[in-house]
Amino acid sequence: MKSKFDNEMKLEFLSKSNNEAFARITVAAFVSQLDPTIEELADIKTAVSEAVTNSIVHGYEDKPGIVKIISRIKDNEITIEISDNGKGIEDIEVAKQPLYTTKPNLERSGMGFTIMESFMDKIEIESVLGLGTKITMKKTIKSMKLEEELTTL
Amino acid sequence: MESKYIEEDKLLILKVTEEIDEYSVQKIRRKADYEIERYMPKRVVFDFDSVTFMDSAGIGLLMGRYKMANMLGGKLEIANLTQNVKKIFEMCGILKLIPVVNL
Ligand SMILES: Nc1ncnc2c1ncn2[C@@H]1O[C@H](COP(=O)(O)OP(=O)(O)OP(=O)(O)O)[C@@H](O)[C@H]1O
Ligand SMILES: [Mg+2]
Repeated sequence: MKSKFDNEMKLEFLSKSNNEAFARITVAAFVSQLDPTIEELADIKTAVSEAVTNSIVHGYEDKPGIVKIISRIKDNEITIEISDNGKGIEDIEVAKQPLYTTKPNLERSGMGFTIMESFMDKIEIESVLGLGTKITMKKTIKSMKLEEELTTL
Repeated sequence: MESKYIEEDKLLILKVTEEIDEYSVQKIRRKADYEIERYMPKRVVFDFDSVTFMDSAGIGLLMGRYKMANMLGGKLEIANLTQNVKKIFEMCGILKLIPVVNL
């Protein structure tokens, strides 16, 4: 049965770092309908910020491009897809390693993927050199609202 | 960011008042470096009390200032870590390098 919580949104914006706050706040507002805890919301905002920053800084290397976010709610699980048509990742396994960065001179710590992995339940990275990168992240919200809904069915 | 220098302790307190991400960190970094070079403090303390959001940009910010303070003969410390900030610093092991102090 389709829950009344099933929902979807799509967002596209220019690859400028001053759009980062806009992106994470918009996703947080969308997730809010599941009534997440403050900590769950903070985790999601941080993971979104990491993926969006990566698209802007590494994908497009500060050249203008479009960052896309599609987010879906199914029951109490949120899925967030963040993609760019930037330069792509050469070796995903290497890129995922903690402390690995291709831009150490810009005070990058190489912790972005590690943060996404530990703050979300699941993360999938797809990338093609020269075509772009898509990050898909999932997290189950231990939502009170949904539980109430299900128990009154 | 607000800064306060206490001459008798050669202590520079940098209180971050904005969310820390790739966009905001550039301004914070410029201001921090300016203040550190201006006072050449013995201790630099980053105060995170009013930081409501931080991503990995904050790790880069601290590592950069850590190196800089060391190079200039000072010491970097951090204070008032909020929940979100603490979680990120704990994860990357930076707390083994930079002491948390009370302000
Ligand atoms: N969207 C992307 N397009 C191209 N390359 C990417 C993308 N996302 C990540 N990468 C590559 O993967 C590496 C690791 O990313 P990660 O976010 O873990 O660290 P970082 O961005 O270098 O540093 P930090 O996130 O700590 O500031 C990057 O240095 C970059 O080479
Ligand atoms: Mg990153």
